[in-house]
Amino acid sequence: MKQKHTAKVLSQREIAPDIFDMWIETPLAADAKPGQFLGVYPRDKSTLLPRPISICEADAARGALRIVYRVAGAGTREFSGYSRGDAISLLGNLGNGFPLEQGAGKKAFLMGGGIGVPPILELARRLEAEKQIVVGYRDGNLFLKEDLERYGRVYAATEDGSAGTKGNVMDAIRENGLEAEVIFACGPMPMLRAIKAYAAERDIPAYISLEEHMACGVGACLGCVVKTKEVHHHSHVPNARICTDGPVFEAKEVQI
Amino acid sequence: MKTQVTIAGVTLKNPVMTASGTFGSGMEYAEFVDLDRLGAVVTKGVANVPWPGNPTPRVAEVYGGMLNAIGLQNPGIDVFLERDIPFLKQRDTKVIVNVCGKTVEDYVEVVERLGEEPAVSMLEINVSCPNVKEGAIAFGQKADALFDITREVKRHARQPVIMKLSPNVTDIAEMARAAEAAGADALSLINTITGMKIDIHKRTFALANRTGGMSGPAIKPVAVRMVYQAATAVQIPVIGMGGIGSAEDAIEFLLAGATAVSVGAMNFVNPYTCTEVVEGIERYMEQYHVEDVTDLIGAVRD
Repeated sequence: MKQKHTAKVLSQREIAPDIFDMWIETPLAADAKPGQFLGVYPRDKSTLLPRPISICEADAARGALRIVYRVAGAGTREFSGYSRGDAISLLGNLGNGFPLEQGAGKKAFLMGGGIGVPPILELARRLEAEKQIVVGYRDGNLFLKEDLERYGRVYAATEDGSAGTKGNVMDAIRENGLEAEVIFACGPMPMLRAIKAYAAERDIPAYISLEEHMACGVGACLGCVVKTKEVHHHSHVPNARICTDGPVFEAKEVQI
Repeated sequence: MKTQVTIAGVTLKNPVMTASGTFGSGMEYAEFVDLDRLGAVVTKGVANVPWPGNPTPRVAEVYGGMLNAIGLQNPGIDVFLERDIPFLKQRDTKVIVNVCGKTVEDYVEVVERLGEEPAVSMLEINVSCPNVKEGAIAFGQKADALFDITREVKRHARQPVIMKLSPNVTDIAEMARAAEAAGADALSLINTITGMKIDIHKRTFALANRTGGMSGPAIKPVAVRMVYQAATAVQIPVIGMGGIGSAEDAIEFLLAGATAVSVGAMNFVNPYTCTEVVEGIERYMEQYHVEDVTDLIGAVRD
């Protein structure tokens, strides 16, 4: 059941320039799934809409969720100033999440690029598969890489070549001679397009998490759609709502 | 305490409804809002055939509000009647269906189909969407065009007809009078105000459609003014909307002359807004010893 409520910040720190790592005490932790996201509301009433931020880690026992986000504008700038004990307004849990059953027992790529890395952590924790975690960054600020290493072998790529493979996640796959039967990914659009093409060439499924400007977050406003290959069963036109039909889609079903 | 209001013979349990396009057909918000608490659910616009809507980005935040250019994406009247109406039928609230079209014939087709559906209490005719190129706003920005489509819709409608007016006009009173003269049973306003946002970092339009409709608290004073002007120009009931996020906002519209109010963009900001507005109006009535909510309608005059 989705709900909006006021939660409490447990901790926050900056783990890379403009990348913030926040733990929040919230009952939403109980049934959060990897790949789902929260709508986080700024307090400043000039910035009204919820900011979609992916769930990075869910600790059901402690009743806490972790989000790792980049400061991209006024809303996330405000969140970055919160500290322990502060109230934070959340709408959650939103979206469908990664289909864990599609990876069970298989050889899988878990791929994250930039601020698309955070949801890969909870996925890596929960997915029961032979996990090869491939992550791409701009530079040597390899945030969350150590956390990811708890769950599988991590291959990193950096655009500036300061760590791991010089280039992107696809370069890292090639350089390390990696293979997989299924892909799970979150990252910038060029990366997702490359993954879609790679998966199509090899005829393997790829489950990609998409992002779009959103308003409601619950499927009502139809702001955040993606074009689909076929007429979608809910919309009856060839597009689907990223917030509720996604954010995770099988790559071959969407036109990106 | 009496909270009922009557519009064109249809009695609503209270004057609070949802604004078209912000609430789907109620399903998405039923997790947050007990629809039985609402005066009416006004559905997302429905056309005779499915409309795919505009390219993305379709929404952008602006100071104190948002822009949207959804482009009236909808699954078409067949799906609407098979899926959405059965869901709404089970709720103890009135159903008002927003109708959109590109031609007069499109509107008439939908209006006729809905005429066969007793669960639909009223029709709201969208002649004011700023985000579709053909139809819609073309009917809503000239008084004679508004008159003609109103008369044509009225000729085919079995339910009372609400004409939803655009604020993107020079004289809202003239538009209100034109709709009334053509037989409209009620008016609703305001639809969104056409706006634009430019991303100065990417040097692009924030919306793929370039322009979009502005909604949210920032437009409320414009909406209150227009509701006042329309309500003083006509005898038929006016439904007020534009930036309503609290009971205080809603009461402002009632005092300006609205018989009922709609909650729109603020559903996105707080999914519980509709219920909070219903409860807040009741508290206001208690506080000021208002026995009948209709005593508030148009209570502020020169």
